[in-house]
Amino acid sequence: MDANSFRTVIGLEVHVQLNTESKMFCSCSSGYADSEPNTLVCPVCLGMPGVLPVVNRIAVENTLLTGLALGCQIASESKFDRKNYAYPDLMKWYQISQYDMPLCGRGSLKISLDDRDKQIGITRVHLEEDTAKMIHGESKVGHKISLIDANRSGVPLMEIVSDPDMTSPEEARAYLTTLRNILLYLDVSTANMQDGAFRCDANISVWPVGIDTGDVKVEIKNMNSFRAVFKALAFEEERQSEVWVKTGQPPEQETRGWVEASGETVSQRSKEYAHDYRYFPEPDLPPLKVTDQLISSLRNAMPELPDSIYKRLIEHCELRSSDALQLIDDRPLLLFFDEAVNEYAQPQRLANWMLNNFVQELRDSETDLASNPVTPQRFVELLQLEDDGHINSKMTAELLRRMVTSGKSAKELVAETGGQITDDDELQKMVAKIIKDNPQAVADFRAGKKQAAGFLVGQVMKATKGRANPGMVNKRIGKELGL
Amino acid sequence: MTAHEASGLLRNREISSVELTEAVLERIGQVEPNLGAHISVTSDLAMKQANAADLAIQEGVVHSLCGIPIGLKDVLSTADVETTCGSRMLEGFVPPFDATVVGKLRGIGAVFTGKLNLDEFAMGSSTENSAFHVTKNPWDLTRVPGGSSGGSAAAVASYECMVSLGSDTGGSIRQPASFCGVVGVKPTYGRVSRFGLVAFASSLDQIGPIARDVEDAAILLEAISGGDSNDSTSLHVEVPNYCEVLGRSIEGLRVGVPVEYFGSGLDDDVKELVLKAIDQLADLGAEVVDVSLPHTEYALATYYLLAPAEASANLARYNGVKYGYSNLESVDVSDMMASSRARGFGEEVKRRIMLGTYALSAGYYDSYYLKAQKVRTLIRSDFDEVFQNVDLLAAPVSPSVAFSLGDRIDDPYEMYMSDAMTIPASMAGIAGLSVPCGFAEGLPVGLQMLGPALSEPTLLQAAYAYEQEAKILFKAPSLDV
Repeated sequence: MDANSFRTVIGLEVHVQLNTESKMFCSCSSGYADSEPNTLVCPVCLGMPGVLPVVNRIAVENTLLTGLALGCQIASESKFDRKNYAYPDLMKWYQISQYDMPLCGRGSLKISLDDRDKQIGITRVHLEEDTAKMIHGESKVGHKISLIDANRSGVPLMEIVSDPDMTSPEEARAYLTTLRNILLYLDVSTANMQDGAFRCDANISVWPVGIDTGDVKVEIKNMNSFRAVFKALAFEEERQSEVWVKTGQPPEQETRGWVEASGETVSQRSKEYAHDYRYFPEPDLPPLKVTDQLISSLRNAMPELPDSIYKRLIEHCELRSSDALQLIDDRPLLLFFDEAVNEYAQPQRLANWMLNNFVQELRDSETDLASNPVTPQRFVELLQLEDDGHINSKMTAELLRRMVTSGKSAKELVAETGGQITDDDELQKMVAKIIKDNPQAVADFRAGKKQAAGFLVGQVMKATKGRANPGMVNKRIGKELGL
Repeated sequence: MTAHEASGLLRNREISSVELTEAVLERIGQVEPNLGAHISVTSDLAMKQANAADLAIQEGVVHSLCGIPIGLKDVLSTADVETTCGSRMLEGFVPPFDATVVGKLRGIGAVFTGKLNLDEFAMGSSTENSAFHVTKNPWDLTRVPGGSSGGSAAAVASYECMVSLGSDTGGSIRQPASFCGVVGVKPTYGRVSRFGLVAFASSLDQIGPIARDVEDAAILLEAISGGDSNDSTSLHVEVPNYCEVLGRSIEGLRVGVPVEYFGSGLDDDVKELVLKAIDQLADLGAEVVDVSLPHTEYALATYYLLAPAEASANLARYNGVKYGYSNLESVDVSDMMASSRARGFGEEVKRRIMLGTYALSAGYYDSYYLKAQKVRTLIRSDFDEVFQNVDLLAAPVSPSVAFSLGDRIDDPYEMYMSDAMTIPASMAGIAGLSVPCGFAEGLPVGLQMLGPALSEPTLLQAAYAYEQEAKILFKAPSLDV
């Protein structure tokens, strides 16, 4: 068997923390990011004796919304189940999850790769509760200790399971970024992978072409970024092919963990020790009825999703495809664009200035869209100043920089420093002075060094602090030099 | 004296709640050493509540349970009061919150005199499974009080409180009420909030009153009933005035006698007393007919799959990590959790956890848990069908009178059999009660009445009519100390 005769099958399980105000089964805040450990807890999410869960309606709705966005079959009746396993971070030693009647059944997600579209099947989307966080360390006197922070315990967690439809790490990455964008546009999660709001486990198996795919698969965990998912899958693709080449047998079915530092996956446990979760229906929660009325109101409330935004940007705004994708990938930026384009008739020019200069200025001044003072209205005002000839493009760039740092509008800044100089007499005087002050350059030009003209134009611009109309200066210099 | 009598005296200022509470606490001091109905006596809390109740009574209109000493089965979470569930596992555990029913009673000015003994985590039929001590039957101290709410029934029978709360999963209110000669009501599943009731089997557990007469039971039931936003399985149906129906005629009431409850295994003298009681219902104008609940014989086996299955998950949280018993001499976290459970739980609890875990395990789920769920549906439809034709059912509570301490503790099957007649109603989630119907061998016998969901008014009406007719008014056991 040679390395080219394999095909890869990848399925992804994504866990998404929903950004609801309260937890899944109690009224504790689910926004634990900046909280002291064990401060956002109550008897319910601590699993104290005698407590009962109450379903967070918003979490159910957000899960249904996600299901609708993924074209899933929505269950008219769903239920919760207890998933039993013994681990200290699980307060009740069972997790309330969904087993055989998830809120959302079959659906699909369209990914685009190298300008080709592909549908990835969605197996199911269900709702469950997050566990507490375990922190392992050492005490001051050197004892090994394990600490528990239960703030995360009971935060709503939505699990999205894909079919094993992806055939490369690239497709897996495209699936994840597409899915993440949809979640962001639905506004159901921060979908931040570093914070653990978006987690991904992967199943991957590599099979020789021509042999039917078996059900042996390797599960990979501990991937904390899209990059890690990509690298882990690429590593695993190669490792499994090597096993085939060496042994002629499929790789062992097991769970492996991605180790970022060494860039490899290592065996965690084999499936022989697979859990028996002993699922059974959660007796503390009656079955959930999903009414047609709820579904239609959710459909009505469905925000515009990346796919149709892309279409709109291409068809109505006539943006370049890459610009449209860049905007969609940065939702705040897209919202900024949408607001600005309402008042500005040149979408591509708007996109150019936003994606090139504005994004760079924000980065340079270490600020972001939300906290910088430039509003879409001010941005449009700036572009219009140039369109109307009040400023030149150099000034536009300079003004944008100063707008970000000073908090002033383009008009205010122009009023302070003056607009573009277009007065013929004034420009004539300046050009004459520059010609007079730079005899060497003039001589060079006459000797055939054409670029000396550019130098002279530059000198005029410098003298006017960029305010001179560069086209007019160009013309005048040419005239003076006898072109 | 009953709670409603005491309530009248309180409101007429003939006695004060402080006096009543002191008397009850004194009684506890006298009989408790022989009886063992309590796990803890909350004297300080009780006196504080009694004082507050007296002030409230002076100020005007109060609930009829204001100032009344009430005992709580120690499976009800009580804020700032040790709540043990009769287990080493929760010895010393002081919850930070009240069960909904406890909060309701606290709110209307009831006086909490103590936490009452039970089989560990309500698993048992004799209260011998308590990790702390056995409770004895006040009518014969060599006998069991029944279980698992044995402490709740014994305390009410022996005047250690005026009324008490128990919980019934497969008969744990009705059977001890029968054994101790008091009234016990297992409400319809969902009628009373379970929030704060430490779970044994979530789909079966229900809190209910134990009292010395039907009227007291009705008053207490009304006080604790109602939908609860903290319990998604509670029924948001208006709570009727349960006392209003007491005293109404039962003329024309259709009473079914399920033949399956009178088969072999039922002691003759129990059978005789129950049949006599049914005759008296007929004398009162009830139409008595024989009916059949064909799946009755499968109820016990089904129960011992479903209840332990749920329990195996409900009791998983006791792992020594967060509260309760923790074996601190263990070598690491896993060992700590495993050994804390091994040492913290008693034999019966461990037996049921193992049974339940097994019933849910891969490969066994379909043939045990799932099949049991199907049988449960059949049992439910047995009752549905019967209640098309009758208003309620009359039957024995348990096949025998209270058995001797130690008699069945080593024979789980024999022990489980004492619940065979109470379990079907629990499985169906319907309402039931036990009302005293006489004595055999000097020991009380209860008449069980069962009605469809939310039929509590009819049940209480019939039980009250019977109680008045039979004039088996409560008399205290001699309990010479």
